[in-house]
Amino acid sequence: MSGTKTKATGAPETGSGETTERRLNMIEAINDALDIMLQRDDDVIVMGEDVGYFGGVFRCTAGLQQKHGRTRVFDTPISECGIIGVAVGMGAYGLRPVPEIQFADYIYPGLDQLISEAARLRYRSATEYIAPMTVRSPFGGGIFGGQTHSQSPEAIFTHVAGLKTVIPATPYDAKGLLISSIEDNDPVIFFEPKRIYNGPFSGYYDKPVKAWKTHPDSVVPEGYYKIPLGKARHVTEGDQLTVLTYGTMVHVAEAVCADKGVDAEILDLRTLVPLDIEAIEKSVEKTGRCMIVHEATRTSGFGAELSALVTERCFYHLEAPVERVTGFDTPYPHSLEWAYFPGPVRIGDAIDNLLKD
Amino acid sequence: MINQIYSNKGDKLKGRQLPIMYSSREHSFFTISGNLATQTPQAVGWAMASAIKGDSRIAATWVGEGSTAEGDFHSACTFASVYNAPVILNVINNQWAISSFSGFAGAERTTFANRAVGYGLAGLRIDGNDALAVYAATQWAAERARSNKGPTLIEHFTYRAEGHSTSDDPTAYRSAQEREEWPLGDPVNRLKKHLIALGEWSEEQHAKMDEECAQQVKAATKEAEKNGILGHGLHHPFRTMFQDVYEDLPWHLEEQAKQAKREREIKWPGEEPWS
Repeated sequence: MSGTKTKATGAPETGSGETTERRLNMIEAINDALDIMLQRDDDVIVMGEDVGYFGGVFRCTAGLQQKHGRTRVFDTPISECGIIGVAVGMGAYGLRPVPEIQFADYIYPGLDQLISEAARLRYRSATEYIAPMTVRSPFGGGIFGGQTHSQSPEAIFTHVAGLKTVIPATPYDAKGLLISSIEDNDPVIFFEPKRIYNGPFSGYYDKPVKAWKTHPDSVVPEGYYKIPLGKARHVTEGDQLTVLTYGTMVHVAEAVCADKGVDAEILDLRTLVPLDIEAIEKSVEKTGRCMIVHEATRTSGFGAELSALVTERCFYHLEAPVERVTGFDTPYPHSLEWAYFPGPVRIGDAIDNLLKD
Repeated sequence: MINQIYSNKGDKLKGRQLPIMYSSREHSFFTISGNLATQTPQAVGWAMASAIKGDSRIAATWVGEGSTAEGDFHSACTFASVYNAPVILNVINNQWAISSFSGFAGAERTTFANRAVGYGLAGLRIDGNDALAVYAATQWAAERARSNKGPTLIEHFTYRAEGHSTSDDPTAYRSAQEREEWPLGDPVNRLKKHLIALGEWSEEQHAKMDEECAQQVKAATKEAEKNGILGHGLHHPFRTMFQDVYEDLPWHLEEQAKQAKREREIKWPGEEPWS
């Protein structure tokens, strides 16, 4: 780890003043957050395809139905439109539903209910009704999921007025951000990077997979804690360049910067809307160089928004054009996954471009 | 209600919705969006929530026969069936969806009430122009829902005598005399005749009620017009454009609100203040 100064999140406030050294992977951390919220708030319900009896295809809801009962945690028909639609009605009633969409790629049948209904309900009813739902969904590639189990559709949602979009990159954050999202009175799209459910991924697909237990942010305290929405996390502090990223790519960018010996300041954005613009401006003004990394397709991706914001707001601090590292504008390939994935070579090229003068 | 139609400064929805998209939580009346059939799974969800909370309240929703073709309606029927939700799904079959006759929603093959069979729901098909039939069927379905016997789909067979909206001209797509030839009659007239035959009502009373209703609407309209009409000023303050998008105003909307404020001062100098 030359050049980067890794900043551990450290012991969080739990309220009780005590922390427990307990290491969880992301799945366990998400399960823990759901369990705590089901316990704390009778209005929280968890539903989705296979989430009840079976506990979810990724096991994020394992054991919750057994513990909290079938009226609080239940299976649904295979109908994303129906899942989001009934969640809107439940929100209007006064519940706080946490629907799971099994894969982000399956969310499209629910888009009308999300965009025209959930996102607009507070506004169109002048606050009489709200849709305080948190839609959890595994997203992103790197698991040989092919075109229908690998997509990163976050920019579809960041484009919608009234929705918040949250993407955790560590077990510690996943728990705290999910609790904040569930308690938030606005509809939240909570995308879980499934490639890092079980361990941080460096992007070197041919190297052995690491487990979370060696990572500092796998320390997840017991009990309730929150991480505020709209606040980025400094993964590393550095002076040479700023990296704006989220989800799986946080870990890929970190590994590549370390390998290249770049003194990078990596910001894990955590929330795309609302965005932590202050942290971004401050960092880019310091480093003068900015690389944006996301797995999603390039054109009209969230990187385009980030690039525009950085250019508009930090132009006179920039010493090189902003670099965007993204997936290609193709459907997510199956057999060519590692040719598609924005891994070390693509990120390395962007770093070289940024630092060449 | 008329303030809402005018989207004026008296509109409690802050001038954000098309006319008649009312909302009244106080009356348990949910605001529809104007998208089609999206309210149907929402009503089922509301009913599921009521059941989850052990509440005795039930939900009812209405959708046109044309919009039953939407996937949302299928989702609503499936969820209602699977969870035995205390909900009444009403299909208002008025035979016309703007210019498309009910056949475009499948009415030439089967009835809308018959859809219930495939979902295992109770299905009723009633004369939607018979007020007593509507009342009886709804009461039966409500009782079923309240006693946890399950959801009911009711097809109200009726006819859209007028155009779809004030900007629609039905003579462009259906015969001009179709309206006169519709055999089941005007529902208000039918109820009137029925009550007169029972000796409970008279032509005079009816005429008087008609007049009173017309006067009431006229008076309310006049009163509402003091709060302005759409496009002629007297709307809610400009800053309300940015409110309620989220519970709290995020920085990007705050910045955009500043721009809107600047534009307002240039476009409408001297008008009512920003806030």
